[in-house]
Amino acid sequence: MTATVPRPPRGRPALSTLRDRVLKVAELVTTPLLPADYLDLVDPLRSGAALRGRIEAVQHETRDAATVVIRPGRDWLPHTPGQYVRIGIDVDGIRLWRAYSITSVLGRPDGCFTITVKAIPDGKVSNHLVHRTLPGTVVQLDQATGEFVLPAQRPAKALFVTAGSGITPVMGILRNQVHEAGDVVVVHSAPTAGDVIFGAELRALAAAGSIRLVERHTAAQGLLDGAALAELVPDLAERTTWACGPVGLLETLEQHWAGEGIADRLHTERFRPRVLVTGEGGTVTFGRSGRTVDVDGATPILDAAEDAGLLMPSGCRMGICYGCVLPLREGAVRDLRNGEVTTAAPGDGVLVQTCISAAAGACDIDH
Amino acid sequence: MTVLQKKSDNPIAHLTPEDIEAIGFELDAIRQDVIDSRGAADAAYIRRVIDVQRKLELGSRAVLLFSKFPPAWVLGTMGLSVAKILENMEIGHNILHGQWDWMRDPKIHSTTWEWDMASPAEQWKHSHNELHHTYTNVIGKDNDLGYGIMRVDEDQRWVPMYLLQPVWNFVNACFFEYGIAAYDLELGKNLATPERRNDPEFRARGKAVLKKIGKQMTKDYVVHPLLSGPSFLPTLAANFTANVVRNLWSHSVIMCGHFPEGVETFEKKSIDGETRGEWYLRQMLGSANISGSKAMHVMTGNLSHQVEHHLFPDLPSNRYGEIAPKVKDLFDKYGLRYHTAPLPQQVASAWHKVLRLSLPNGWLAETTPKNAPAQLVKLWKMTTGGPKVRRQLQAA
Repeated sequence: MTATVPRPPRGRPALSTLRDRVLKVAELVTTPLLPADYLDLVDPLRSGAALRGRIEAVQHETRDAATVVIRPGRDWLPHTPGQYVRIGIDVDGIRLWRAYSITSVLGRPDGCFTITVKAIPDGKVSNHLVHRTLPGTVVQLDQATGEFVLPAQRPAKALFVTAGSGITPVMGILRNQVHEAGDVVVVHSAPTAGDVIFGAELRALAAAGSIRLVERHTAAQGLLDGAALAELVPDLAERTTWACGPVGLLETLEQHWAGEGIADRLHTERFRPRVLVTGEGGTVTFGRSGRTVDVDGATPILDAAEDAGLLMPSGCRMGICYGCVLPLREGAVRDLRNGEVTTAAPGDGVLVQTCISAAAGACDIDH
Repeated sequence: MTVLQKKSDNPIAHLTPEDIEAIGFELDAIRQDVIDSRGAADAAYIRRVIDVQRKLELGSRAVLLFSKFPPAWVLGTMGLSVAKILENMEIGHNILHGQWDWMRDPKIHSTTWEWDMASPAEQWKHSHNELHHTYTNVIGKDNDLGYGIMRVDEDQRWVPMYLLQPVWNFVNACFFEYGIAAYDLELGKNLATPERRNDPEFRARGKAVLKKIGKQMTKDYVVHPLLSGPSFLPTLAANFTANVVRNLWSHSVIMCGHFPEGVETFEKKSIDGETRGEWYLRQMLGSANISGSKAMHVMTGNLSHQVEHHLFPDLPSNRYGEIAPKVKDLFDKYGLRYHTAPLPQQVASAWHKVLRLSLPNGWLAETTPKNAPAQLVKLWKMTTGGPKVRRQLQAA
């Protein structure tokens, strides 16, 4: 038996203890704020800060789509091609979070990554990003995440079925890993040839023989269905398939793949949140206490919850003191004072005043 | 002054219940206009104020590192005083009201903000947002009226201890942040009986306040002076001065909000079953504004628009000035008095009231140079005599 127990590396813990001590002292200096609040004034992208990014450029791809170049903060971790990133951007002063696929090549020399955004009708964030965002804007970021990626065991034959901005995660994969995905077929739907995001680049890849590209121009040819796809790609059962696009397309594909008994060979990515049914009243779930209350559309959630025996934070009960604010994790509520509907997608945690908010559909409240 | 309900010339006697509800609808419409137009410019405003405040505080504290040189001391103390005032008034008070919650920025939110003040944000929000803003100027419900230590109304019985109330008021002004912390803790009530003293909830809140005060004191009176090295004492003095300046300023502004002569108070039972229109009306009659320049409005945290703030406590403060003319038109339309005057006048009026109520009812008004000796004798007798003597002399 030998006595060579590996020594713990010395420098780092000592350094981090020193760093902790410096931080403690700095906190005494800045209380009640944190040192970070002052450092953010100087460098919001520094290491140790909440993860943010700065928009460096907005490059137009088609009439309603643009690629946004983002310089991430120093704690940004490299993504896996096909993954998306959640971005929080202030639109009309209100911070809104959306997820966008990363489209850039890994290890860009400038350290930036890109997302490609298509402005959708009434899309607050997408229109803001495509048409109104100026370079220099600081946005909030989460680390990249998502399962829409090539497996470690690369496929011998791959099929990508996309429509509209559904091409974005696939472009992220093609730009980085086109030669690792074996024999690649891309079937992409867009209204016209001019609407194909990355049209020139996809056609160049096809011309170089890296992929087989099938463009479907739906304005003239109509929407793609399972049968048409099977005709276009006769060997689709042999391929591992990744699909990204509108809900209608994904449902069509899921049905077809299930019908063929090969549902496990289809990976899908939804890029729009589920449409919320906002009606009068609904079922309110209080996640932490595990209680569920049925509330009509005219009763404040606070009153209904208290009537059901829940212990709720409360204050003035007239919408002025914010003593009753709780995070709405998912769902929709209506401001009883003006009928305005506030919605939250999973992960948003929009803070709402329960004393003047009624349920406008099913709600999940973090309490 | 006396509660509005007991006045012979009740200023709202001419209003019908329909009028009062109509006032409510018009005010709701003004509120909605602001909410509909709230946006990027407002968000940019509060971020700019925060940015300026932080840089001013950093700059001033940096200058104070050399505070043994008198010009540096003066400059740094002035800058730090202004920074502390901005932090408490335009930033802290308004964020804690939830005025900026609509931005959904967790860094600028009523549930996450902490301020440069002895009282922890959580406790202050309860006593201020819930109690004071809901029960504004209701005697026995709104502790902001005299903070439970002063005589604020003729109807409160006079006792000799009130003679000292101008002194207390001044001491409270100098150390206002601690006064507020004590007030948020309801210290008077909660220390009164052993039962209340030992209540675990009260003890936990007391601990939180002491911890907060400890941190605040360590920062201003230990850490920053130590960082100043040879300027230790001058920096300590500068920080103390800045805190007192901030306290005096915020106390003055807050006194002007509800204390000047002519601002109405209300009796407890008058708010039973109060409608939204009636609540609005109480806010209109129970608040007073300060007129002045834009800089003055910012330094008061726009509490110079106290009337508008009390009507709409959760609207962004930068909008109060804009809606003030509409609110004033509404007062005129319904024949109500819109209380506004420059700062010195409102401060003087509030102090006059403190002084007047420190004396027995009517004493100050009745006293002239001619009858002064006789009045002083009467006051002496009332001060040294028992309740019976006081009642007799008061009645005489």
